[in-house]
Amino acid sequence: MTAIIELSDVWKSYETGAMSVHALRGIDARIDEGEYVAVIGPSGSGKSTLMNILGCLDVPTSGEYHLAGEDVSTMTEAELAEVRNRRIGFVFQQFNLLASMPAWRNVELPLVYAGVPRHERRERALATLARVGLAERADHKPGELSGGQQQRVAVARALVTEPALILADEPTGNLDSDSTTDVLELFDELSALGRTIVLITHEHDVAARADRQLVVRDGQITSPVGAA
Amino acid sequence: MNWPETFRTGAEAVQAHRLRSILTMLGIIIGVSSVILTVGLGQGAQDEVKSQIDSLGSNLLVVSPGSTTSSSGVRGGFGSASTLTLSDAEAIDDASVVPDVARVAPVTSSSVSLVNGTTNWTTTLVGSTVDWLDVRSRTLSAGRFYTAAEVDSSAPVVVLGSDTASELFPGSAVGQTVTVNGSALTVIGVLESSGSSSSETSQDDTAVTPLGTATSLTGATGTSISSIYVEGAAEQTLGAAYQEINALLLNLHGVATTDADFTITSQEALIETANSTNRTLTVLLGGVAGISLLVGGIGVMNIMLVSVTERIREIGLRKALGATPRSIRRQFLVEASMLGLAGGVVGVLIAVLGAAVLPGLIDQPVSLSLLATGAALLTSLALGIGFGVYPASRAARLTPIQALRSE
Repeated sequence: MTAIIELSDVWKSYETGAMSVHALRGIDARIDEGEYVAVIGPSGSGKSTLMNILGCLDVPTSGEYHLAGEDVSTMTEAELAEVRNRRIGFVFQQFNLLASMPAWRNVELPLVYAGVPRHERRERALATLARVGLAERADHKPGELSGGQQQRVAVARALVTEPALILADEPTGNLDSDSTTDVLELFDELSALGRTIVLITHEHDVAARADRQLVVRDGQITSPVGAA
Repeated sequence: MNWPETFRTGAEAVQAHRLRSILTMLGIIIGVSSVILTVGLGQGAQDEVKSQIDSLGSNLLVVSPGSTTSSSGVRGGFGSASTLTLSDAEAIDDASVVPDVARVAPVTSSSVSLVNGTTNWTTTLVGSTVDWLDVRSRTLSAGRFYTAAEVDSSAPVVVLGSDTASELFPGSAVGQTVTVNGSALTVIGVLESSGSSSSETSQDDTAVTPLGTATSLTGATGTSISSIYVEGAAEQTLGAAYQEINALLLNLHGVATTDADFTITSQEALIETANSTNRTLTVLLGGVAGISLLVGGIGVMNIMLVSVTERIREIGLRKALGATPRSIRRQFLVEASMLGLAGGVVGVLIAVLGAAVLPGLIDQPVSLSLLATGAALLTSLALGIGFGVYPASRAARLTPIQALRSE
């Protein structure tokens, strides 16, 4: 199995005045291609910091992070932007869809930054929307869609670049139970198709659907690291 | 993100907040249109002055008695002690001495009362030669001008200005008689209205007679004249004509340049004087308008900063999806310059509209200058870019986490 994520002794510290707060205290983890992993932990555990580093939104203070074989721990902001675009598909708690654009334009957005030509972008966006069951909603704006549908648009946006990793940050946090089931079933399907998914959550029943759970507590992983 | 995408995104953002974009552009719109209109008004006023002065006669030089010096004011006297004589005019008319002169019209002028029965009208009586008509670029609307023979014999004939004629005679003036200081003069012609609206130097309120007739009517003695109108042979050689006349008169009067007792004025000098006043006003008003343009630019910066704060989540999202700091900066810069340029374009349209409507309202010509229009457009674009730099770099500096976490 190829490793998609390899973290070795990752620390993240924040300086607040004279004190330095260690949000992550030496994380070691490995996630292989095709795995469906839930990162779980109470708030303040360092879960969000870990998610930021996994998502290349932030760099570790020390330690190494290899994403799909690339060392991203020392990259510049512009390089990280490119890695995010190419390797990672984000799904956020708040959906983060642009309200002024129809669904398909939201889905094509990562392709715009990838420099994909216009007509191809539209084709791929529509195809991906069809894959999440929203083909006939392509021209609707986010405001005209239900919460579950909006999150499915966001999943389509995460999928459209065919990324190595899908990183979902509390994807069901803003959804009712029906929509939650709806979105989690979509993740199950994607996992069955061989997608690598990392899902950050504090809900145990959501985490239970993953193949494996990483429990973060006080900036460290307390559960077995698994296939290391 | 490539340039076409950036422009499309910018245009969409401007459209998405239509009202706010329009309000933002308002400052630029007002600035651009007022810059163009003030410059246009100034240009219009200059054009008007030029056409007024041109209507006095093309490539004209006016020799007048006395001279203004920097220290001692006016030297020599006007009127009663004129230092110009008829022989000066005759000398200037000598082609061998002053080759660059086409026509010479010595002129006396004095204020007289013209009487027709019970109607009395005070006007300027001009005495001159037959060349007056050509030198002053005038034409007749009725009758004829006096002839050289009539000048030689100082015939009792007069040509009236159009206003003078209509004041004195309700019907046709030609063939009628006016009395000046007890002598009867026959009206033989009426001048075409010069079309000049300048009231102080009305070209249409005048009476023109042969030189000798005027002298005898006003009781002037000797050969003093009020001024000499000289028409240059060509516009290009007007400078040469000026030098020739200057040298000739200095020689005739036996004085040095510093003691010159006459002044030669060209149309160019008159235009220059009038224009320098206009230019000062235009620069002043244009400056005020320019400041409003600057304020408009600050408005753009203000709104762009608000826009960055408001769209902080969008910025975060775009960054998470792969937007580099550079492409975010570019996006906001393009948006700001679009606001600037769109404001400029609308401002130009309003100025064009204003230039069409204003002359009817304020009785002032407006001539739109392509240069001012282009400059105002470029300035509005530059303002958009210039004042967009700071908001754009603030947007670019946001870290995606900060931006995504904000509510």
